[in-house]
Amino acid sequence: MEQFFAALTLSAGYNTALVCIGAALLGAASGAIGVFVLLRKRTLISDAVSHATLPGVALAFIIAQVYFDSGRSLPVLLFGAALSAGIGVLAVDWIKTHTRLTEDAAIGTVLSTFFAVGMVLLTIIQSMSIAGQAGLEGFLLGATSGMLKSEALTISVAAALVGLAVVLRMKEFSLLCFDESFAAACGYNVRWLDRTLLLLLLGIVVIGLKTVGLVLIIALAIIPPVAARFWTDRVPVLVAIAAGIGASGSYIGAALSASAPNMPTGGLIVLVLFSFFVVSLLISPVRGILAAALKHYRFQRIVHLRQGLLAIAHDEPVLEPLTRSILRRGGFMGGDGQPTVKGQSEARLIERDQKLWNLYREMHPEESHALADWSLKPIGEVLPADTVRVLEQELSPHVVRGGETSRGGAV
Amino acid sequence: MHDRSSSGLHLLHDTNTSKAVSSQDLPFTVQGMTVAYHHKPVLWGVSYSAPKGCLTAIIGPNGAGKSTFLKAALGLIPKLSGDTKVFGAPIEKSLKRIAYVPQRSAVDWDFPATAIDVVLMGLYGQIGWFRWPSRKHRQKAMDCLKSVGMQDFANRQIGQLSGGQQQRVFLARALAQNSEVYLMDEPFAGVDAATEKAIVAVLRQLVADGKTVLVVHHDLETVRDYYSHILLLNGQHVADGPVETTFTAENLQKAYGGRLASTQLDGLSEASNA
Repeated sequence: MEQFFAALTLSAGYNTALVCIGAALLGAASGAIGVFVLLRKRTLISDAVSHATLPGVALAFIIAQVYFDSGRSLPVLLFGAALSAGIGVLAVDWIKTHTRLTEDAAIGTVLSTFFAVGMVLLTIIQSMSIAGQAGLEGFLLGATSGMLKSEALTISVAAALVGLAVVLRMKEFSLLCFDESFAAACGYNVRWLDRTLLLLLLGIVVIGLKTVGLVLIIALAIIPPVAARFWTDRVPVLVAIAAGIGASGSYIGAALSASAPNMPTGGLIVLVLFSFFVVSLLISPVRGILAAALKHYRFQRIVHLRQGLLAIAHDEPVLEPLTRSILRRGGFMGGDGQPTVKGQSEARLIERDQKLWNLYREMHPEESHALADWSLKPIGEVLPADTVRVLEQELSPHVVRGGETSRGGAV
Repeated sequence: MHDRSSSGLHLLHDTNTSKAVSSQDLPFTVQGMTVAYHHKPVLWGVSYSAPKGCLTAIIGPNGAGKSTFLKAALGLIPKLSGDTKVFGAPIEKSLKRIAYVPQRSAVDWDFPATAIDVVLMGLYGQIGWFRWPSRKHRQKAMDCLKSVGMQDFANRQIGQLSGGQQQRVFLARALAQNSEVYLMDEPFAGVDAATEKAIVAVLRQLVADGKTVLVVHHDLETVRDYYSHILLLNGQHVADGPVETTFTAENLQKAYGGRLASTQLDGLSEASNA
């Protein structure tokens, strides 16, 4: 525990501090890029990318070991990882465009094949009985213990660069994810933008191999944006929150791992991230499930209030106890069960609103079908003013309005 | 190839000026365009030139390739043959002069954006790489929302808007682009009457400002009210020209075949026969 807090406060030695900062930067960058991978609905491809790194790592190790006797050099291994991941992405792309297979089928095929090749190569390496091969398993599940200072520095700088690139391209990536054909019609090179997005993702996967491991690196790109999505409906805020969650989750995970060197760092980071996800899912006021439950509670009360007031407007008795108590609490009904003056006037307002809603649903069944909040909010809050005006005119046609002459069959 | 004399291409025939000069006056010209999905032709050798400063409906039966025509002309989908010129220049170099409104169903409306965010996307080209929308850009986007009657919904999440409202936002985004040629894919699909009215008003304003507007349109009953010109497709070019001379029972029969009841045809072409 003591060690954990020491690591958390960056006072467990220079090396550990550097590893934790590197992890935080990695988490921030992957959270940011993950937002666009999620919005582009391509989370699966990141799985293919990460698994496709394994043969590259193994081959790079063999070549470096046999020819240069330096199999553990991180840049060499990462270069190999990037190369084979790149080939994996191109393979998925090729299958998708040249056959009638869907992307998920292509991803499934490429992912498992590349991983299989990687595992075979790893077994071969183990049988070669060469020194330094023990470090290779760290690429599967992530290991920060024993990470060199230069390695941590490489990871930090590379992650910061990727994060910066994502922020600078945020506008164009949003456009690509929301409306690809509009982006293309505006003259953006959509193919190239898409490639840039994948390249940055690939960069994160490769950088994160050592810290989180290839099996779990995808979680670092997916969980932060998914958790962040509970909190906001704006892209820039989403990127900021996802980066924040990614950074703090990775930082805490790395600190935990420093105090428990036998635990896989990747697993710890993902568990911390998952706890962020659960908290977001529960308590976010925007899209969380507690907020949804509260909203449902309010929704139910609005329904009861509205139906109670409509009953008053139609001179019908209000029988349901919940409706009666809501009406009473709002001052719309007296203790004797009779509507108050306030209740009467409110009932007339609601009745008119309801008539407009009914008319709208009659005139545009398709439109209103897709519309939330119909009959629940005043119609003017949900529909544009001109639409409401048409409805009002329809409801009381004798009220002639200037400048609103309708053109034949259009209305 | 019928009715060629009444299309925008008449400039090529009627005037004695050189071809180069007159082709620069043609806002949107497509030549011999063929598109196929998996070896099944959707459009076959379509040539067309949009009349400048006019409001033109692209009509034809389901599967006639109306949307495909716009997408292929813009280079959004691969084509087997054909090319597009905008004021005499290749389309790839002229995309800034065109505003495209995709079908509303083409995007996921759960995307984290507000109405004004979407309109601002129409200004990204002007804003440029590595820069953010300024107060000036936001004001312009707000003006565009106002012209489609959506100013009160600027900060509403787009998923909470009705179909008609979403369509208006798309239209506002195209207005923000301030282009010379507007290509719209079914802007009237599934919208309420007030929205339809608002969209028609905007289209008329665009034409009054000298813009060239092409609209994929479904409802034959409103063609005569809304448009001055039509392009009739059914996989091939059937006819194009002014509504009065081209929107005839004969041409509609050619495009729709037996799918259009003869009584319907009588009603639609009554005005031109009278």
